[in-house]
Amino acid sequence: MPPSSRGGARPGAGRKPSSDPTTTIRVPVSQKAVVLDFVKQRKAGLPLSHCLEIFALAEHPPRQKFPFMSHAVRAGFPSPADDYVEKRIDLNEELIQHREATFFLRVKGHSMVEAGIDDGDELIVDRALVPEHGRIVIAAVDGELTVKRFYQREGVVKLIAENPDYPDIEFREGQEMLIWGVVTRIIKSV
Amino acid sequence: MSTFALIDGNNFYVSCERVFNPALEGKPVVVLSNNDGCAVARSQEVKALGVRMGMPWFQMQALARKHGIIALSSNYTLYADMSNRMMAILRQFSPHQEIYSIDECFLGLDGFNLDLSDYGQQIRQQVRRWIGIPVCVGIAPTKTLAKLANHAAKKQPQWDGVCDLSSLSEAERDRLMDGIEVGEIWGVGRKLREQLTAMRLSTALALKQADTAFIRKRFSVVLERTVQELRGISCLGVEEVASNKRQIVCSRSFGLPVLRLAELNEAVSSYAARAAEKLRRQFSLAGAIHVYITTSPFREKDPQYSQGITIPLPEASDDTLKLIRAVQWGLKQIFRPGYRYAKAGVMLIELGPAGNRQSSFFTDEEKESRSSKLMQTLDSINRKMGKDTLFPASSGIARPWRMKQGNKSSCYTTDWRELAEVRC
Repeated sequence: MPPSSRGGARPGAGRKPSSDPTTTIRVPVSQKAVVLDFVKQRKAGLPLSHCLEIFALAEHPPRQKFPFMSHAVRAGFPSPADDYVEKRIDLNEELIQHREATFFLRVKGHSMVEAGIDDGDELIVDRALVPEHGRIVIAAVDGELTVKRFYQREGVVKLIAENPDYPDIEFREGQEMLIWGVVTRIIKSV
Repeated sequence: MSTFALIDGNNFYVSCERVFNPALEGKPVVVLSNNDGCAVARSQEVKALGVRMGMPWFQMQALARKHGIIALSSNYTLYADMSNRMMAILRQFSPHQEIYSIDECFLGLDGFNLDLSDYGQQIRQQVRRWIGIPVCVGIAPTKTLAKLANHAAKKQPQWDGVCDLSSLSEAERDRLMDGIEVGEIWGVGRKLREQLTAMRLSTALALKQADTAFIRKRFSVVLERTVQELRGISCLGVEEVASNKRQIVCSRSFGLPVLRLAELNEAVSSYAARAAEKLRRQFSLAGAIHVYITTSPFREKDPQYSQGITIPLPEASDDTLKLIRAVQWGLKQIFRPGYRYAKAGVMLIELGPAGNRQSSFFTDEEKESRSSKLMQTLDSINRKMGKDTLFPASSGIARPWRMKQGNKSSCYTTDWRELAEVRC
């Protein structure tokens, strides 16, 4: 089919061409003149500050006072010490190595005064420790518990008193002596 | 295959006393029950003299004079602390522990790829060294056999305190079991022993070889299980979590015969208070309470009377004051004048967890919460300041009926004022 000569675009018809696309707006009647004036001035190329009264933001606004909250806020700012809170010192942990094997005994007598053990002191005794030469030990002798310094050198075993007024206890072959425990601390009242 | 060890303190109470009083070493020593009534622990020397478990002290007077038997009142505070220490030491030897009684526990040794006899000796030596208590160790593929092995370790010196049945051949094990009386088997009590002996099942070996179907039919599934365990088939595992007690008993003999209701009232009130404290410690409530009184069967010339009564509570409770009110009411029902009462007891039953308290329509919630606060305060004061710092007035103050503990040792490990003395 040959192209029709009717219809289609006609040159010069329709809206006047404009460099700027336009839109329709509603403005209050009372302000119509102001708006038209503003648009006219803008089209004339005048700067914005000339067309409108504009207040720029002050670079250094005046200072204003606010009350300062001096007490802690309940919502809780974490204590700066929180990370540093540690358990208080516990003497059981510091002074006792083997909890199950540790006993306290009270001293009666004066045979160990030069080792710093006085009548009425309390001793911390650890039964798990191996009694070594030179340590202060609790021994069972003749049905009694006694505290002395343990001596074990060249086959000689004895319990040494730390007071010249008291004799050492020596052991001969076949005689029985039982080391009850090793003294680790002396507790004194001052 | 499973492996169990049973560790048991030798003459535990006597051994505890000897730790702090070495003069008792090698001497015949008995520990008497509450109120210095009967033997509850005997040293080896006393056993050798033929003193049986539970023998009343007055029956061994002559023997005691002749052989110089030393009788001590029981010091359960000391024994409990030594027991806790022992159990803590044993816990280091296995991840699976079942505390079976104050002086014995099972350890699960499954998959311990080492010489178990050696391990047993290590256990023995460490307990001995650390707390001074001698123990014996029985090792076997079942709990019943571990008990049996422990018995052998105690009675037969060739084991040196550690008997490992898992290292023996079947024939050797049988020979050992042939020498052990059926009454020594775990779970075979006096009555069962008599019945089994009458059927010629008088040794552990005989019971092991008995027909299981017959045992189940004639006795019970429980005894059948025992037979299986004797054969080395493990039916019982290590029960690690101690179950709450299903009943709580507090009963004691009096220091002297009690005739009057007022004094009985004091005694049962103080027992109820003690039982209630235990009840709260395990976070339970009692649904009912039982109270009983009895004269002494040892005073044969006295007229005899014993009676008990169970009082159901309208609501399960752990309130000392409510429980006391209930026992006092119950006591009034059963009390008969004219008897010389020797003992009374209180038992809390139908225990349930405290979390499940059922309120009734008439429950006064405010009163309930006040009573529970009061009980908490009571318990915390008594825990901090010592037993019986605060007590219900109905328990009495002078308490003339209280039991005799004439020869009790000090609480060496739990009271700073009672430390053992060491000569210097």
